[in-house]
This record gives sequence, C-alpha cells and structure tokens, in this order.
Amino acid sequence: MATIDEPRTRRPFRWHIAVFLAPAVLVYTAVMILPLFGTLELSLFRSANGTRTFVGLENFRTLFLDPRWSATFWNALWNNTWFFIIHMLVQNPIGIALAALLSSPRLRFSAFYRTAIFIPTILSFVIVGFAWKLILSPLWGVAPNILDLVGLKSLFAPWLGKEEYALTTLSLISVWQFVGIPMMLIYAALLSIPDEVIEAAECDGITGTAQFWKIQLPLILPSIGIISILTFVANFNAFDLIYSAQGALAGPNFSTDILGTFLYRTFFGFQLQIGDPYMGSAIASMMFFIILAGVCLYLFAVQTRLRRYQY
Amino acid sequence: MNRAGVSLPHSIAAHAALIAYTGIALFPVVVVIINSFKSRAAIFRSPLSPPTAATFDLVGYRTVLEQGDFLLYFQNSLVVTVASLFFILLFGSMAAFALAEYRFRGNTLMGLYLALGIMIPIRLGTVAILQLMVASGLVNTLTALVLVYTAQGLPLCVFILAEFMKQVSDDLKNAGRIDGLSEYRIFFRLVLPLVRPAMATVAVFSMIPIWNDLWFPLILAPSEATKTITLGSQLFIGQYVTNWNAVLAALSLAILPVLILYLIFSRQLIRGITSGAVK
Repeated sequence: MATIDEPRTRRPFRWHIAVFLAPAVLVYTAVMILPLFGTLELSLFRSANGTRTFVGLENFRTLFLDPRWSATFWNALWNNTWFFIIHMLVQNPIGIALAALLSSPRLRFSAFYRTAIFIPTILSFVIVGFAWKLILSPLWGVAPNILDLVGLKSLFAPWLGKEEYALTTLSLISVWQFVGIPMMLIYAALLSIPDEVIEAAECDGITGTAQFWKIQLPLILPSIGIISILTFVANFNAFDLIYSAQGALAGPNFSTDILGTFLYRTFFGFQLQIGDPYMGSAIASMMFFIILAGVCLYLFAVQTRLRRYQY
Repeated sequence: MNRAGVSLPHSIAAHAALIAYTGIALFPVVVVIINSFKSRAAIFRSPLSPPTAATFDLVGYRTVLEQGDFLLYFQNSLVVTVASLFFILLFGSMAAFALAEYRFRGNTLMGLYLALGIMIPIRLGTVAILQLMVASGLVNTLTALVLVYTAQGLPLCVFILAEFMKQVSDDLKNAGRIDGLSEYRIFFRLVLPLVRPAMATVAVFSMIPIWNDLWFPLILAPSEATKTITLGSQLFIGQYVTNWNAVLAALSLAILPVLILYLIFSRQLIRGITSGAVK
C-alpha cells in the first residue's frame, strides 16, 4: 500500500487502528495460527520415556515407510483422493447443470427449487450419515423397495457394508449433501452475465445448449475454479460424515478410512490404542502440506491463467 | 418478447429435471420425518407411506425426551453458536473497518494474514489447540468452543465485511469527523448500521458450520454438561441403534431447528451468495 505520500512523520500514532485490529488479530493468532505452527513443530518431536525429544523428520519417515504405519497412511491418502475425484466428477457437473437450469430465463418456482435443493447442505453430517445409513439398511428396506418400483431390485446390496462399495457410497452421500454449494456459486456467476452478451449471441443464432457451451461456460470458468479448490480443501479435511456413518475405525476393514479419521484415531486414541500427539501432528502436517500445495497450485497455476471478463 | 430457447418443451424438460432432483434432495429428510411419527410395526411394513390414524405413534419422541438430555444439549449449542457469532461479528467488523478505512503501513500484509484462514482449515491445528486448552484449563468448557469457532469464523467475516465497508461513503464519515465524532463513534454509529445486511449474511454463513460441527465438541468438550446437540445426537443415536423409533425421533428433533432457521433465513443466505459476497 502506498503510505509514502502521507505526512507520517508528523502524524501521531493512531491508537484507534490498533484498538480496532487487536481483538481479531489476538484471537486469530492465539487460537488458529500459533496452534497450526505448533502442530507443525510437534511433528518433529517424539515422546521417549515421558520426555519430549527432537527427532527431526523421523516421524514422517515412520509414516511413509514403517510397515505398521505406512499401509494405513497410503490407504487413507488414496481413499481421500478417490473421495475427491468422485466429488469433482459428480458433484460439480450436477451443480453446474442445476444452476444452468435454474438460470434459464423466466423459469417459474425457481426460488422454491433453490431453497429445496440447498436443504441437505444445511443439515449436520450426523443427520445425513444416520439418515442414509437407515435408508440403505437392508433391515429397513427403503432402498430395496424403491429399486423394486423401477424393477432393479436385484441391484441392491448393503453398499455401506461392502468393502468395495462403501467409500464410493459415502462419497455419493457427501455429494448429495453438498451439491447446493456449486449450484449456488455457479448460479450467481450465471446471473452476473449481462443480458447484452446473451442477446448478442442470440442475434448471431447461438441459442439453447450451444449458447451454454460457447458463451456461458467460458464466462463462468473462474467460478468453476473456485468451487474446485473449495471442494479440494473440504475433502482433504473431511471427517464428520465418515465418523458418523462408519465410526472411528472407518469400516468395513478401513475401506472408508480418510486422512481425517486416521488423524483422529492416531492423536486421540481409540479402543486399545492410546493417543500419540506426535504422530498425530505428523499426519496433520501432511494434510496441511497437501492442502497448501492444492491452494498454491490453484492460486499460481490455475487462477492466473483463467481469463476474467469485466462487464 | 418471446426469447428463443424458452420454448414449451424446453421449459417442461427443465421443470422435470429440477423436480426430479428436488425429490432426490428431500427424499431422505421426508422419509425420516414421516417415519418418526409411526409405530414400530408400521415403520417396517410400509416405510414410504405417511402416518395414518392407525399407525400414528409418538413412542420414539417419548423415549428421546425421557432418556436424552436434549434440552441441555440444545441449550449448549445455542450458547456456543450465539456467543461465537457475537464475537465473530464484533471483532470481525472492527478489523474489517480498520483494514478498509485507514491507510497504514502493513495494511495489505495484515489483510493477507487474516485471509490465510479462509483456505487453511483450523482443524489441522487441533493437536496444539487441545494442548493449549489443557494447559489453560479450558477443556470441557463452552469457552473453548467459543474461542475456536471465533477464530475459525473471523477470516471470512473480515474479508466479506471489508469489501462492504469500502463502499460506505467517505463524505458521511468525514461529516461525522467534522462534527467531532471520535473514530469509535463513527464506526459504531455510522458505519455498522449501514453494513447490517452484510453482517446478517456473514452471520448465516458462519452459523451453519458452527451448529453442525462434530469435530471440536468431540475433542474439546465431550463431557455430559458441555455436549452440543450435534455431538449429543451422534452419541444418543449410536447408543439406541436398534430402537428405530427413538433414532428416527432423535434425527427429526435434530433436523427441525436447523430447518426452521434455514426457512426463516434462506432469503438472506441465498441473496448473500448470489450477490457475490463470496466471489
């Protein structure tokens, strides 16, 4: 910022600026920034006979290479990546499609649709996890009944209980819950496209679907970039849904284990294993680096290349 | 004017697709709520039909209200959410005002520093936060949760409110200065009332993740006296997993307050999102 021109030598210290900033900066620094760095620092230590000793990157080597840890870690990382891939392939296209439908001119009841489709997003993971667990439960039979209505009853399986389907099922449940967010952001972007642009396209004979692909989609690319990075951060930080639906052990047989549940089990302990804050910090640090890498990639590689249009 | 592309078949197809997806979005919620009012036999015999006079039964709700401390959990959630929102809005708007109004050395840097928290989730610092709370004796208090949620909500609040405060007219503030108002009075008397709509939007945005959070209540405040409604229903449902009436009733009780709040504030929320507050 340009403070150069100001007569700063004659100006007394402006206490009110400090007073306005202090509470926010203090709380934010003490409860968020310092613990973040504290966690990074803790990952370099290990507990030996009750005292804390500095071990450098030894915890990370254990996490990557020690057979007792690495299998779980790589499993959680891969599951988390799959969780993210499903969101990108299912949640964002559905969100964009819904937004495109909602923004079609003079659509009636669009406020009703918007409000209704956003409802799952405001519910807690606990509600969503249990509600779907009940619906997909073979005991209750809601899901088989519905499949029966369309003649597909043979397709039913206890999806949440099968190792090969459980993670995909949970990802789709999460997609169901959060589809409202890309829908709203893209809807806002579509609304901000001025009518003149659309009218000019119509004069040139570009209408309907072609209009969406050729005119609107290029204009909303920056918003698609934003929802992608929001999805990335939210997915690599996820925990609640898996914990509510499958418990801390992320069953069956760890097939739904993601970094968040792995972190919880490691640092907080569960059943017979006692918590290890140092290994927990190492996992949290890995999550931090993954998220940081994603955000940097977005800021420097993606965002600078997307063309933004000023209307 | 009959615009190309809004022909009748097109519009019918759009409505069909939207109605179908609305059905998918609402179906689980509706199934849970209608079944919570039915007797156990009816829940299993015909899960998709609404309760009739013959199958209507409130046994689930009675179990929940007798066994669980839902009123206390609800009160805890309310205290945590309202207190966090109060501090987020107060501290956040003060910082946003400082960043938007004054030019001082380090202004941009301070803005970037406060914006870091928008992208980096506070959860990653949990190990050290727990140690901090243990050291300061705040474990199992609602204060710990309020502190964490305030820190979590501040970055987005500062970011959004600073954008809005830049639009407040300088003439108005300068007129206040000439009339001898202090900078504090200018903020509280002139600027705050003008950005009230933006603050309402921030409040709704920040409220949902706080009310729904499971992670921090589970780790920082799992004691009986400090459980929030989200953690309480998680434990209660886990415990009564075979009592379908009670589980469905507990789920419905957890859905209803959020749903009511949402229906009251949805206009505000949707307007906030679509007016570009988060762009």
